Amino acid sequence: MSANIVVKDLSFYYNQQRVLTSINLRVEANKILGIMGPANSGKTTLLRVFNRMCDLIPNIRIEGEVSLNGENILRPDINVDKLRKRVGMVFAKPVPLPRSIFANLTYGPRLHGIKDKKRLEELVERSLRLAQLWDEVKDRLNESAMKLSGGQQQRLCIARTLAMEPEVILLDEPTYGLDPISTSKIEQALQSLKKNYTIVLVSNNTWQVARVSDNVAFLLMGELVEYGSTHEIFTVPKDKRTNDYVSGRFG
Amino acid sequence: MATRINPIVSQRIVKAQLWSLTGFTIGILFFIIFFISIKGLPQLSIEFLTSNPVDMGRSGGIFATIISTVYLVFVALAIAIPLGVGAAIYLTEYTRETRVTHIIRFGTECLAGIPSIILGLFGFAFFVMSLRLGWSILSGGMTMSIMLLPTIIRTSEESIKAVPYELREVSFSLGVSRWQTVTRVVLPGALPGIVTGIILSIGRCIGETAVIIFTAGSSLRLPESFLDSGRTMAVHFYILAREGISMSSAYGTGAVLIISILLINLTAYYLTRYFLKKYATFR
Repeated sequence: MSANIVVKDLSFYYNQQRVLTSINLRVEANKILGIMGPANSGKTTLLRVFNRMCDLIPNIRIEGEVSLNGENILRPDINVDKLRKRVGMVFAKPVPLPRSIFANLTYGPRLHGIKDKKRLEELVERSLRLAQLWDEVKDRLNESAMKLSGGQQQRLCIARTLAMEPEVILLDEPTYGLDPISTSKIEQALQSLKKNYTIVLVSNNTWQVARVSDNVAFLLMGELVEYGSTHEIFTVPKDKRTNDYVSGRFG
Repeated sequence: MATRINPIVSQRIVKAQLWSLTGFTIGILFFIIFFISIKGLPQLSIEFLTSNPVDMGRSGGIFATIISTVYLVFVALAIAIPLGVGAAIYLTEYTRETRVTHIIRFGTECLAGIPSIILGLFGFAFFVMSLRLGWSILSGGMTMSIMLLPTIIRTSEESIKAVPYELREVSFSLGVSRWQTVTRVVLPGALPGIVTGIILSIGRCIGETAVIIFTAGSSLRLPESFLDSGRTMAVHFYILAREGISMSSAYGTGAVLIISILLINLTAYYLTRYFLKKYATFR
């Protein structure tokens, strides 16, 4: 179960100031799209449009269309809670809820109506395995999630999103501030996840984008400079600015 | 030539001064507790606590006044907690800072500044007379709840705001609605602060006299329902001392009052610590 996202002429305004300028983009199903770009290029904003987390920011205006499997998700009457169940999100800073590992994973599913204990246990195990955390925590599921290390916490957050059985997973710099080993575990997890999910990864780390993405979008000052396969972007970019950015000759 | 004071000496002097100021404050507290205890504790006995006043309180115990106090606190809290916590949730979670929320906040601050005697008069005019509830525990409790609202709103708001925003964000991102987020994530985190606010309000309820004389009356009978008039411990103390009925019973009541307020504050302290600890194990 996975989905594609089509972005058509998307512009985003915050306090009358344009943050994203007519973005056109296609997130393909069962692929990883890497979004890269310097700070303030609008990466996170774009990501937060995909699950309407941008609604939490006051004084915004959105133009254009974003459709998930053909359904426009920017319509005002769309049920954002259902949308966010389908389009999960992992934040830069791992934020476990102040409860046990098990309860962290079942928090979402329970509130979406899954009560059966057996089913919840299956979900927990499956999600933790997918996030490559199962072996490390299987004996202490009832311990506080706050006791996990930073890298483990981030994988817990990925597992928590997976437990919702989403179609799309959005990751906003998921390895920010993590050590190389934790980072590579998360990257491995992402590689195996794309079989069943559509993934959008925002990263400041150009090499991470090169390592894990199938397609890459390069944003600069709210504009989509270039979009193509990872191979194209990193070997034969069409735009000079992309070339400068990926070869580290930027700014 | 003016002699300059050695910095070490001045440091010592200032330290001694500050210490004595602090000591003075604590001293007053201990003096009051000591004074009431000396005069009041000898009056206390199981019988004093469990029998009803006889002959206007010249003899007998204070059972009826204890029950009236408990009823009154119950009514006041039953009204003030849902209203206050609800208002705090609305102000913090459901609105953005606008002119309207500023006005609401300013309003609650003003409510906190109203002298209790004025509130008592209002309660008398509105609940006792207009709504024809008479002098009753219900009128008294409702008036008291108005007095408690600002404290409960303020403390609840502060502790709700102290719950990290990221937790809400995570909850929303999992497709959990705002109300579910409030009940599952925000309120459990804010509970210690909210409970502290509530317990401090109980203390204020127990100690209040002006409001209660106007609204709940001063009947010495054991109240049988919330529509009966009742005399709380603080009012009983006031009347016994003021009318010179029985100073020894007055001090006995005073001792019970002080001990119960002390106990409530201690409970508040330990309950808060318990909740914090429980929450902290998940930190």
